[in-house]
Amino acid sequence: MLGGCVQIATPDKPIEINLNINIKQEIVYKLDGDAKKLIEQNSGIF
Amino acid sequence: MVKQWKPAGWAMAAIAATAAIGMVVPSAMAQRDPAYEAARSAGQIGEEPTGYLGFVSTPTPAVRQLVTDINIKRKAAYTSGAPQGSTVEQFAFVTGCNLIAKTKPGEKYKAPDGRWLTRDASPPVRDTRCP
Repeated sequence: MLGGCVQIATPDKPIEINLNINIKQEIVYKLDGDAKKLIEQNSGIF
Repeated sequence: MVKQWKPAGWAMAAIAATAAIGMVVPSAMAQRDPAYEAARSAGQIGEEPTGYLGFVSTPTPAVRQLVTDINIKRKAAYTSGAPQGSTVEQFAFVTGCNLIAKTKPGEKYKAPDGRWLTRDASPPVRDTRCP
């Protein structure tokens, strides 16, 4: 058995963690206007 | 003879004062709590791509409470506001895209790779699905 050390090469690029959310582009565009309105009308919590 | 009603001076002043207050403070929801604003600009908390606030550093109990409160209210707003055909999560996500876009220079936001970044003059790094 060799030594207990394991060398791990660190990635030079940041790892992309995809938000685990399923959303189609058409839904994104459909919701965009509603999202902007929600922020405007509830500015105290945004 | 019909007597014309003339508002007394004090009545006019009261009406004017009420109108002025109405303009300055439209509703309790319309303004950020100063403590919330302070935590944002100090970079203690930031916007996450999920549409919720997150802690950049270990918060004080007061900041933790404040963020928990706001996130509960956000969740309620996403839940009641999500249009038909979309989920609460999806609506929160698209709102998060907008909230990150709206961050001011110096404020923190979470990039898609999970790092907290400080907003500067350039556009923020957002999820590729953001509008």
